Amino acid sequence: MVALVESPTIFDTEDRLARPPRPWSAVRLRNVAWWRGIVLVLTGAFFLVPLFAALRFSLENFTGGLTFSAFTAIPSQLGFTAALSLSVRLAVVTTAITLGLMVPTSVYVHLRLPRLKPIFDSITIVPIVIPPVVLIVGVLQVAPTFLKSTPYLLALEYTILAMPFVYRSLDAGLRAIDLKTLVEASRSLGGGWRSTLWRVIVPNLRTGILSATVLTIALVLGEFTMASLDLYQTIPVWIYQFAQDDGHVSTAVSLLSLLVTWLVLMVISSFDLRRIRRMAQIRRGA
Amino acid sequence: MTTTARHHAPGTEHSGAGAGAGATVQLTGLHRRFGATQALDGFTLTLQAGELVALLGPSGCGKTTALRVLAGFETVDSGRILVDGVDQARIPAQRRDMGMVFQSYSLFPNMTALDNVAFGLRMRKVASQDRRTRALEQLDLVGLAPEASKYPHQMSGGQQQRVALARALAIEPRVLLLDEPLSALDAKVRVQLREQIRVLQTRLRITTLFVTHDQEEALSMADRVCVMRAGQIEQVDTPSTLYSAPATPFVAEFVGTMNRIPGTITDDGRVSLLGTEVDIRTAVGSGGGGRASGTPVDVLVRPEGLAVTPSPQGRGIVMTTTFLGSITRLGVLLDQDVMVYADLSNAAVAIPTGSAVEVTLTERSVMVAERTGERSATEKAPTLERPQQA
Repeated sequence: MVALVESPTIFDTEDRLARPPRPWSAVRLRNVAWWRGIVLVLTGAFFLVPLFAALRFSLENFTGGLTFSAFTAIPSQLGFTAALSLSVRLAVVTTAITLGLMVPTSVYVHLRLPRLKPIFDSITIVPIVIPPVVLIVGVLQVAPTFLKSTPYLLALEYTILAMPFVYRSLDAGLRAIDLKTLVEASRSLGGGWRSTLWRVIVPNLRTGILSATVLTIALVLGEFTMASLDLYQTIPVWIYQFAQDDGHVSTAVSLLSLLVTWLVLMVISSFDLRRIRRMAQIRRGA
Repeated sequence: MTTTARHHAPGTEHSGAGAGAGATVQLTGLHRRFGATQALDGFTLTLQAGELVALLGPSGCGKTTALRVLAGFETVDSGRILVDGVDQARIPAQRRDMGMVFQSYSLFPNMTALDNVAFGLRMRKVASQDRRTRALEQLDLVGLAPEASKYPHQMSGGQQQRVALARALAIEPRVLLLDEPLSALDAKVRVQLREQIRVLQTRLRITTLFVTHDQEEALSMADRVCVMRAGQIEQVDTPSTLYSAPATPFVAEFVGTMNRIPGTITDDGRVSLLGTEVDIRTAVGSGGGGRASGTPVDVLVRPEGLAVTPSPQGRGIVMTTTFLGSITRLGVLLDQDVMVYADLSNAAVAIPTGSAVEVTLTERSVMVAERTGERSATEKAPTLERPQQA
């Protein structure tokens, strides 16, 4: 007992409790903020310097002056419109196929096969680790004949490629809702599977679906290897090929495609952002 | 209650007999196994039209399985489910016309309270204006018409469950299924809502199956209570019968608080305990009656059947004093480490813990059960040393 009372640890603890907060904690915070700033600047430079260099290069004329001619010349370049159109169509078709397949599948796995979820998690990773050429050969083996001679074969390949990202987005969305109870509530009220999926699950899975859509579109608009191996001229393939003819225009197209993709993603994301803001407003009102 | 025509799930043949007055439900010989667990083991229960039956039992006894089987969310390995005489085996959940209120908040988050209530009517293709009118009527019924435009996240838990109740009632179900709808609510709201449910159920005369593990809820709301254990029914009876004349030791100890006090059968067929001899009212469990003289038994006594008086020579020590509102419950440690509980009116309680007391029986006849060695229905005696008596 005596030893305990005389223990320096107890005095030390009491002393620490009595002491005011250490003055150097503010300094430490400032240090942390400083390091954060450094990391932010370096990361920003890593992304922005190449973009700035590309912009500078695309705006330069032969005499070293600035001109927009590389941008204004884009629409008249041979093959550009067709490549853009193909990329957009592939993005739409791939998104439709991916969501059409993955939404019901993810819901089914969550509802009926929860014990098999780890297996599905593993399976959906496979497209990331398999080389594109193997995926192409695999898709060619199973694709319907009428598709093999059309660029929409790429949509099937992209569907497989997008699967890991889409599955995870939907999985996160499904984890956020009490799926089983919502489905049972809907069914007890007379809702069939289609009504339940369309009126109850999809609206509550909106964030997951939007994020899956964003990822799929970004993937399709930027994918090069498969389109190139399949000999279809999507925007990335066109940019690569055209770069050998006119580097300035090719760089301008790269920048524009980046900007357009970014805008599309912002527009899609804003659907959910608007809903979140509306909810927040309602909450504040309440 | 709305006066508009009833709309039933598409493709459902409705017998009509029970329209507006609930249906008769017969669950016969239901068996359901989940892996090594026998959730239902020959479960047989009949619900009369307009009756509220509570399924009561400990966790894992199969009460929720029984309700889900009736709702159509689970299948049975064997047995029959008849609603108004119609076999439900091949009828999917969405066509059974059964309103259900779930334990967790089950409102659709993307819909307002009004849209939630109108959902079932929409599935029945009720016209938009009629749908709105009827949904508002149901919300009014649960006192939430002013909250019609609110989303679930803008409402309290109690309000959400009331909307869920209105949503279940809006389809004018033949059977109302309540799966522990009050368990997530705080005590005060729970009491208010259970009274509201009971009033509505009585008014609308809807046959209702109510699952709960809260005996107070079951006893206060139900016409009959079905006590379950390990997938089987222990007893189905009115709350008062369950309390006063339990059929098995399990029911005796599960419903209400029950003391288990060692006693001995006497020569004249009575039972001796706490220094007195009393008649055997009921012999619960197997082999309750006809015991030989000297057979050790456990006597089952409710806390209100015991009297506690301070006495320096008393054989009991007051270990706990629990204020329960209108009464105070004393926990008294007797010889052989037997802990008993006795209810006293607050005016009569002036016995501090640690006091020596005499515990006597106020009932003239008691229930006896086989000796199990368990000391108390509710709690084991605390492993404290008995204070030295002067």
